[in-house]
Amino acid sequence: MRPFVYEQPTDISAAVAIASRFTTEDDQPTRANAQFIAGGTNLADYMKLGVAEPNRLVDLNRLKDPGLRQIRVTDEGIRFGALVRMGEAADHAELKRGYPVIADSLRLAASGQIRNMASLAGNVLQRTRCEYFRETSWHCNKRVPGSGCAAMEGFNRQHAVLGGSDACIATYHGDFAQALIALDAVVRAEGSRGARKIPLAKLHRQPRDTPEIETDLAADEIITAIEVPAVPWARRSLYLKIRDRESYAFALASAAVALDLDGDNVREARIALGGVATVPWRAKAAEEALQGKTLDEPSAGAAADAAFAGAEPRQHNAFKIELGKRTLVRALLETRDMKV
Amino acid sequence: MSQPSVPSTLGLSRRNFMTGTVSAAAAPLLVSSAKAEAPAAAGAELREPVVTSMRINKQAYELSLDTRTSLLDALRDHVGLTGTKKGCDHGQCGACTVLVDGKRVLSCLSFAVMNAGKDVTTVEGLASSDGKLHPMQQAFIDHDAFQCGYCTPGQILSAIGCINEGHAKSEDDIRDYMSGNICRCAAYPNIVAAVLQARDQMKGA
Repeated sequence: MRPFVYEQPTDISAAVAIASRFTTEDDQPTRANAQFIAGGTNLADYMKLGVAEPNRLVDLNRLKDPGLRQIRVTDEGIRFGALVRMGEAADHAELKRGYPVIADSLRLAASGQIRNMASLAGNVLQRTRCEYFRETSWHCNKRVPGSGCAAMEGFNRQHAVLGGSDACIATYHGDFAQALIALDAVVRAEGSRGARKIPLAKLHRQPRDTPEIETDLAADEIITAIEVPAVPWARRSLYLKIRDRESYAFALASAAVALDLDGDNVREARIALGGVATVPWRAKAAEEALQGKTLDEPSAGAAADAAFAGAEPRQHNAFKIELGKRTLVRALLETRDMKV
Repeated sequence: MSQPSVPSTLGLSRRNFMTGTVSAAAAPLLVSSAKAEAPAAAGAELREPVVTSMRINKQAYELSLDTRTSLLDALRDHVGLTGTKKGCDHGQCGACTVLVDGKRVLSCLSFAVMNAGKDVTTVEGLASSDGKLHPMQQAFIDHDAFQCGYCTPGQILSAIGCINEGHAKSEDDIRDYMSGNICRCAAYPNIVAAVLQARDQMKGA
């Protein structure tokens, strides 16, 4: 591992100032010399592997602002402090009651230990688990721009069928972000150029021909909060995750679903898909396919077909299209049948 | 397990480095205060050890560490507490689980310097001073909840954390919330039985 200087600022502006001093405007946050660390479950792992090579770590855990560690659920919606740990949010009573899709997405992610460590903002920013990205001896356009992609002709069973490019098909493996994007979440960020709000749907970048650019963030920007506007009918919501084993595994396919129903008639549907795409994936075509329809197996199937209409399979991951569709159909019908 | 590699950028061997820092009573090395440096010339700064204070099993320690040292390596190589095991060293197996401020975490994915001021509990800190085992340790013996024993310290610490979190209400609950601890000998049914027994005893305690 590359040696690093360890910094522990106590307020956000000081943290931004350190990062600002040791990075440039063109630096990607994941490739900059100075990088932020919170839970460390993702970054420490990638530093050990030589995938991430900061020479300065700015520890955010000493920041004093109490809002960074609070979850507030009000009539306006939810505000998650960026440093809240996954486990705390997964067990939050009001979230479980009012927004089960969010609580489920966190409960079904990672392990008990990792949920105690990982921060919510860090979770949203977690990097892909693509085997060819993780191991530095393989060619990887995300890790070494322009070096090629070993996954294209490699063992790509885990890889994305939606949102890929000729340069990269690495899957976004997070769960929480699928629930957030379905509910129109926004992140608040602070950097040397001020504070701003970024819709979660614009935070992650599809790979296109620059897979090394993973997010819209600058290298000196810190996510301070994640906000979800109130969705009173999100009580009828769930996160369904399908994987190789029942617990502690990344999704092969997942679906975040929230439904506003009038009887079995869909007033509004919110749908996001995980395990199948390069970024958190809002399935608007599926939502539109359901609007005003009676939700039953045929209409859910038509929505699933719409969701995967643009899917591009490779040699080993074509199964994800059928699995993803069935996952969404099951999630829709189970959400319809929830007693709320 | 293989020895961790010697940090090549330190000017002293890891063994000498450890000898100087292994004692809990070791005088703190003075870290030079922040100095003005050009962003490009951080070389000397990078080689400064960082003094980190933490409580480990209720005893205060002051450790002088390379910032890259994981909490796991600090415990094993610098403090000499080898009960905490290194399995995968990448957060996938749970063998390195310890409690930090009462919560179960993976010591391999935590830089030791990030734990300054924290309370760390390892398997060596569970038994009472009179030698009486923690109910979870006794339950693992009672139920033969291991074969080779390598994952056991991590299983025990994780199980205590799991119960304290309120996630050991049923066998299914235990299997799910303990899934971050892999047992290559597959002693899982006995581990679940041990956790159930200890759960009830810990409630009564």
